[in-house]
Amino acid sequence: MNRVQRAVAGDTLFRGITRGFAGGIIVLFATLIIMLWQQALPSIHAFGFGFLIDSSWNPVTNQFGAWIPIFGTLFSTFLALLFAIPLSLGIALFLAELAPTWMRAPFGTAIELLAAIPSIVYGMWGLFVLSPLLADYLQPWLQDHIGGPLFLGAPMGIGMLTAGMILALMIIPFIASVTRDVFLMVPQQLKEAAYGLGCTTWEVVRDVMIPYGKKGIAGAVFLGMGRALGETMAVTFVIGNAYHLSWSLLAPGNSIASTLANEFTEADSDLYLSSLIELGLVLFLITFIVLAIAQWWLRPRKMGADQ
Amino acid sequence: MSAPAARPPATRPNIKSHIMRRRILVNRFILLLSMLAAVGGLFMLIWILGDVAMRGASSINWDFFTQLPTPPGTTDEPSGVANAIVGTLLMTTIATLIAVPFGVLAGTYLAEFGKESKFGATARFISDILVSAPSIVIGVFVYLLLVKPMGNFSGWAGAVSLAIIMLPVVTRTSEEMLRLVPTEMREAALALGAPYWKMLVQVIYRAAKTGMMTGIMLAVARVAGETAPLLFTSLNSPYWMDSMNEPMANLTTDLFNYAMSPYADWQRQAWGIAFLITMSVLVVTIITRLALHQRSDA
Repeated sequence: MNRVQRAVAGDTLFRGITRGFAGGIIVLFATLIIMLWQQALPSIHAFGFGFLIDSSWNPVTNQFGAWIPIFGTLFSTFLALLFAIPLSLGIALFLAELAPTWMRAPFGTAIELLAAIPSIVYGMWGLFVLSPLLADYLQPWLQDHIGGPLFLGAPMGIGMLTAGMILALMIIPFIASVTRDVFLMVPQQLKEAAYGLGCTTWEVVRDVMIPYGKKGIAGAVFLGMGRALGETMAVTFVIGNAYHLSWSLLAPGNSIASTLANEFTEADSDLYLSSLIELGLVLFLITFIVLAIAQWWLRPRKMGADQ
Repeated sequence: MSAPAARPPATRPNIKSHIMRRRILVNRFILLLSMLAAVGGLFMLIWILGDVAMRGASSINWDFFTQLPTPPGTTDEPSGVANAIVGTLLMTTIATLIAVPFGVLAGTYLAEFGKESKFGATARFISDILVSAPSIVIGVFVYLLLVKPMGNFSGWAGAVSLAIIMLPVVTRTSEEMLRLVPTEMREAALALGAPYWKMLVQVIYRAAKTGMMTGIMLAVARVAGETAPLLFTSLNSPYWMDSMNEPMANLTTDLFNYAMSPYADWQRQAWGIAFLITMSVLVVTIITRLALHQRSDA
């Protein structure tokens, strides 16, 4: 082999190796789905589609329906987004437009550090610090002044509301930092043109920046949603871990992730384990869809391309 | 009758200023809300960190780092989480050793060879999904992959599940950092007659080293605080480990068990662990961020 042949062989080999590892990621992903599917089959055969909408979860009688954890996952995520979206937009706006230049980097880092705190620490803090405060002050106030079906039950501090608040806190840094980047990508000329017409800052944001970056912002929201859906430890601490179906924000509930965290090692029958695995599969598929939509909207070449 | 004729010029500016005043007020109000949101975020960060520090720092002492856990209520014996500290370090290190070569090579493919290909796009898309995928499902997967066939919970299974969580992060950062290396450097190396692979290994990897290290450190910091994937893989243990083939103590599942227990001394210990993990993760995150900023300034 001469020098050139060696170089070509080296290139082919190196390319092949790196391609193998990139392919390894795809194989890993495929294995994950196939394995969960296979192991969920006993439960899928036993309960069929009804698994998703049945609300009885009873290890004693081997009857498993996933609606309560699925509902809890969706409900807590919905609450989290309700709190997190306006706050994140506000933070992003502050970081991109309002804050004095010297303040932007440190403030931005501080917000992003919220994402660095481990999720179990959020859970612990939520359980020992936040929920007693909610039980003593916010929840009785909500019952006295608003009331209704949304605030039924004893104000225990733990429950859907607390889970939603903690989740919101955890996804705010993700939504805020992506939205800030989207705001920063709005061309200066567009903003200046609007300011030149006499728009106030808010009007520029509402009529220029948000419409321009709407896909990116939607992508950021879906990214946060994907995170909230699968968040485990923080939710397990504060959601209450009860098989209880209720629209009340104060009632304890359960999410798919918290059910897995609490029960997986205690599953004593094959059907029980299989049902838990099917729950995991359901969670994975829901987050997959949400995150895929997020990636679609956040594709770099697409952002603001319709302008 | 001359008064109405004189009126319009007088009222029109009034209407205008009324609308204008409202616009300005709305603007001020929104800007105020925006500032409050940002200050609120900062406040929450300080509140949480402050609480963790105040409640946790007092649990940190020499015994905390050197002793084994004790049953609840045994206040006369020295108690610590030494085995969990070693377990977390061990599993995180092994996870890093698995995920870094795997991720760097996969990232190399995405940056250098698979930019346009469908195969590359698929791998990139899946990596992006896996970055945010629920870590508890990774735990279930590794349980089925390793724990069930081997018949027992093990440190290996814990390390593998952490590695799977690190992998997509390392892959995507490596790709991005390799892409940042200027084309001129590649051209210079290739013009000297270096084969493509040699150019990558000896020039491009070196140029991208700082950036890739930063990405790796951030990934390490992230998995060091992970709990969910360890619950059904490494499980936990109150003893020193003899090998990686048995259930292994680690800080995060200790924290979970202690915090959920009704015992005051265990809960105190949980705050100590929370303090230790949070501070380690934050310090690594801040240092790597500073390193990254310095590099981009230079």
